[in-house]
Amino acid sequence: MAGLLVLVGFAVMAVIAPALADRAELMAVNSVDNPTWASPSGRFLLGTDNLGRSVAAQFVWGARVSLFVGLMATLLTITIGSVVGIVAGFFGRWADAVLMRLTDWFLVIPFLPTAIVLAAVLGRSVWNIILVIGITSWPSTARLVRAQVLTVKQRLYVDRARALGARRSHIIRRHILPNVAPLILATTTLAVPISILTETTLAFLGLGDPTRASWGKTLEEAYRQGAISRSAWWYYLPAGIGIVTVVLAFTMVGRALEEILDPRLRDR
Amino acid sequence: MGTLVFVLVFNFFLFRVVNDDPTATMFRGRNLTRDQIDTLRRQFQLDGSKWQQFTSYIHETLRGNLGVSLQSRRSVATEIGEAIGPTLMLVGTATVAAMVVGILIGIRAGWKRRSAFDVGSTSVSMVTYAVPDFWLGMLLLGVFGVKFGLFPTGGIEDAGSEATGISRLLDELHHMALPALTLTLAYMGEYAIVMRSSMIDTLGEDYLQLARAKGLRDAAVRRFHAVPNALLPVVSLSAINFGFVLSGAIAVESIFSWPGLGQATLEAIRGPDFPMLQGLFLLFSAALILANLMVDLLYAVLDPRVRGR
Repeated sequence: MAGLLVLVGFAVMAVIAPALADRAELMAVNSVDNPTWASPSGRFLLGTDNLGRSVAAQFVWGARVSLFVGLMATLLTITIGSVVGIVAGFFGRWADAVLMRLTDWFLVIPFLPTAIVLAAVLGRSVWNIILVIGITSWPSTARLVRAQVLTVKQRLYVDRARALGARRSHIIRRHILPNVAPLILATTTLAVPISILTETTLAFLGLGDPTRASWGKTLEEAYRQGAISRSAWWYYLPAGIGIVTVVLAFTMVGRALEEILDPRLRDR
Repeated sequence: MGTLVFVLVFNFFLFRVVNDDPTATMFRGRNLTRDQIDTLRRQFQLDGSKWQQFTSYIHETLRGNLGVSLQSRRSVATEIGEAIGPTLMLVGTATVAAMVVGILIGIRAGWKRRSAFDVGSTSVSMVTYAVPDFWLGMLLLGVFGVKFGLFPTGGIEDAGSEATGISRLLDELHHMALPALTLTLAYMGEYAIVMRSSMIDTLGEDYLQLARAKGLRDAAVRRFHAVPNALLPVVSLSAINFGFVLSGAIAVESIFSWPGLGQATLEAIRGPDFPMLQGLFLLFSAALILANLMVDLLYAVLDPRVRGR
């Protein structure tokens, strides 16, 4: 529950970002009169960076980018994973053989290096980052969904529907999907933290979108401008704390969902 | 085997098909004559049809020729060879340390579930699992490197150091302390969580009850019956993580300017230096495939139940 509250809080902040901080504050041309490297004060709640830009404004807008990329990338991951899992599990035979072989191959490809190389090859934009995370992280979802489809397929009501002459598209829609959906939901909440962390790392390595600063990008700039040797903690602490909080919150919600699905986990 | 072939094809696809003319990206914004571009394209074997490029790539790779780095103009294999040592030293140490500490924590937490130790260590594990490793590195660097000045802030040895033997080793260890601590903390949580839940599973087994019924003391039950069985999932986790030893510390290495494979990757991205990236990627994939193979073999040795299948 606490996790859910935190998430709602961050989501609200991300949505109303334009009301909290003017986007113009992020541009260096508008901050020439501000003090640089100012520590937190009444005027700048989280201080300023090397160009005099407000770190608080960067934090608010960074939340927007980080959450957006995290959610969209997860959506893509889950969509690819679910489609592959359902097709492989439901149709079986050669579809299963081919898709699972492909999944196994993608599982042994090192995740982060692949994401880095893809991002470097494709170029730097928010959509490319989303695409990269989607392409590299679907296999585990595909395996989970396939396993679940295989058990659901054995149930009597599926046999019954088939005996009554239901088409395969009908069976998938009315019987398979509703039964896999809870699992997909739990997997989704657990996949978001991974997407957010990946985006952060990619942005930190300089592969993020230069025009839209996420939390990872803020950390990259803080590191590159020497915030550490200047002990400018206000520059690199907030974004990191933001990431940890959001990731933890998603993990907690995901585990709570898993417990609801599988009460045996509750003893843990 | 099929996997290795897939990696090779995927690697080629990534670099030549997705972005069919790397020279265009590499030298964007520079005035080059048609001639110069053609020379470059020939140099990187970008001339000829896709199929010709593909066969020559496979041929050269199998012969161990990974091409020439665009930045240093030296062979990719040499560059990688120089960077692999520091990475193995740093990440290898951290992986082993994280494994040992994580497993010990997991055993204790799982054995006395819901104790103060369990609640505390599980919360800490969850947090370290959520922390981006490079940010943890930045924090440690800020506190121990800058504020207290206890550790050097980067590199593998003091600048211009000519030291040899023991003093050189000590200097390297001093430089390694912070990055190794960062990685250990970052990896530890996963081991602790897996070990703990595996312990809890084992606690419900019949053979533990039998061991107790025989009148064995608590410590003996734990040491000889619970722990060895609970270790199995952790073994596979460790073996997989060893596959990531080479590629796992890209961001952390860059924070501490550690001259390893991660740093090399980052420099290759900045270039961008495609032959170098390609070589690194191949190496990272090969390490992971090897680790997966090890898991299967280890399991057959450790768990007789698997052998029958």
